[in-house]
Amino acid sequence: MVNPPLAMLAELTHRCPLSCPYCSNPQELTQKDRELTTAEWTDIFAQAADLGVLQLHLSGGEPASRTDIVELTSAAQKAGLYTNLITSGIGLTRRRLEALQDVGLDHIQLSVQGVTAQIADRIGGYKGGFERKMHVADHIAEMGFPLTLNAVMHRENLDDLPATIEMALRLGARRIEVACVQFQGWALQNRSALQPSRDQVIAAKKTVRDARMRFEGEMVIDFVPPDYYSDFPKACMNGWGSTGVNITPDGTVLPCHAAETIPGLHFERVTDKPLKEIWYDGEAFNAYRGTDWMPELCQSCERRDIDFGGCRCQAMAVLNNASATDPVCTKSPGRAVLDALLEQEVQPEIMPELVYRKL
Amino acid sequence: MNDLSVPVLPRGVRRHFDKVRGVPVLLGPERVLMLDEIGCAILDHVDGVSTIDEISTKLADIYAAPKEDVSTDVSDFLTDLGNKKLLDATHG
Repeated sequence: MVNPPLAMLAELTHRCPLSCPYCSNPQELTQKDRELTTAEWTDIFAQAADLGVLQLHLSGGEPASRTDIVELTSAAQKAGLYTNLITSGIGLTRRRLEALQDVGLDHIQLSVQGVTAQIADRIGGYKGGFERKMHVADHIAEMGFPLTLNAVMHRENLDDLPATIEMALRLGARRIEVACVQFQGWALQNRSALQPSRDQVIAAKKTVRDARMRFEGEMVIDFVPPDYYSDFPKACMNGWGSTGVNITPDGTVLPCHAAETIPGLHFERVTDKPLKEIWYDGEAFNAYRGTDWMPELCQSCERRDIDFGGCRCQAMAVLNNASATDPVCTKSPGRAVLDALLEQEVQPEIMPELVYRKL
Repeated sequence: MNDLSVPVLPRGVRRHFDKVRGVPVLLGPERVLMLDEIGCAILDHVDGVSTIDEISTKLADIYAAPKEDVSTDVSDFLTDLGNKKLLDATHG
């Protein structure tokens, strides 16, 4: 039986003032003239709520780059969706924040690239970005907006994790998401520069364990580990086509935001067909739904319904086979490929330069 | 959180009726909590004024149940929500 989706990620635009080397958006970005209109998004939000979506994440690129962000938030609220704005903060003035508050925005998730201007501006590729972000964070705190800090971690800043957690507390965040870079989209070509070392990962796990105990009841700490170092794969999307749906800036409906890296899948646009039809009957959604598609290794595994064979896009990126077991899995024949990559990339002879992304 | 704490749903956490699945839910950042009848009954009395002890007394009365049992349920439920940051409480 196929359940309705709980969450929608609405990629309102691929435009972004930052150019982070780990950007999870696809290699090929959608240009502004192909973006959906306010009316089209409004219709999508209503369709999403009717379908069973409860949580909406307004994302991008930088969603504040849309001049209609307040109208879109208002439309989402009217549809009855719990609305979360995923932002770098750049482009959010006090006035815009107040307008977002007035239309009922539920929650803000603010990304941070580092704990100092030096590292944050270097990673974001945007001089002065850190200072502007801290300014926005002050407004958010003063206004009492519920805040999650989303800290994207990698080799260059993972050692700053204790300071990052302290920063979240200082900014009044109720929750921090310590998100180690997952290698999809643009991040893949910077993998060698961004992959942390095993020692860094061990230290980070201990920091998270200690901080969870210390700050219980004060702040929630969610941790997304760098999965190349895990023994078992992540439960990607909680299972393909089971829980979440993504809409790209031009209205393409995806089972996950990297799904377009899988060749041969046909994706439909919500401007051509009702969302409900795409969710239940779309070829791409049914391609890896449930367990029928799985290789025997996963079908017979006791973790079949825990991690669902892991990430299809990762199997594609590393093994060139989207139907294979996620190579993170120690039981998988693909694990050797991943281990070879790790060994080669974590101690490169010459440290590679970061490749920034530009629209 | 103790008996004299006053629990309250913080901004960013709200109740919602999920029409599609036909269940009441509690929504927070990245969290969807399906509520059962007991959860709903407790949250009905989380009004930002009543203490945990007062909530337990009212519920024990409504359900004609021993207050000790009700207190445990109420306290466990609300403490769990507090640890997930889906509930705030003033210290009693």
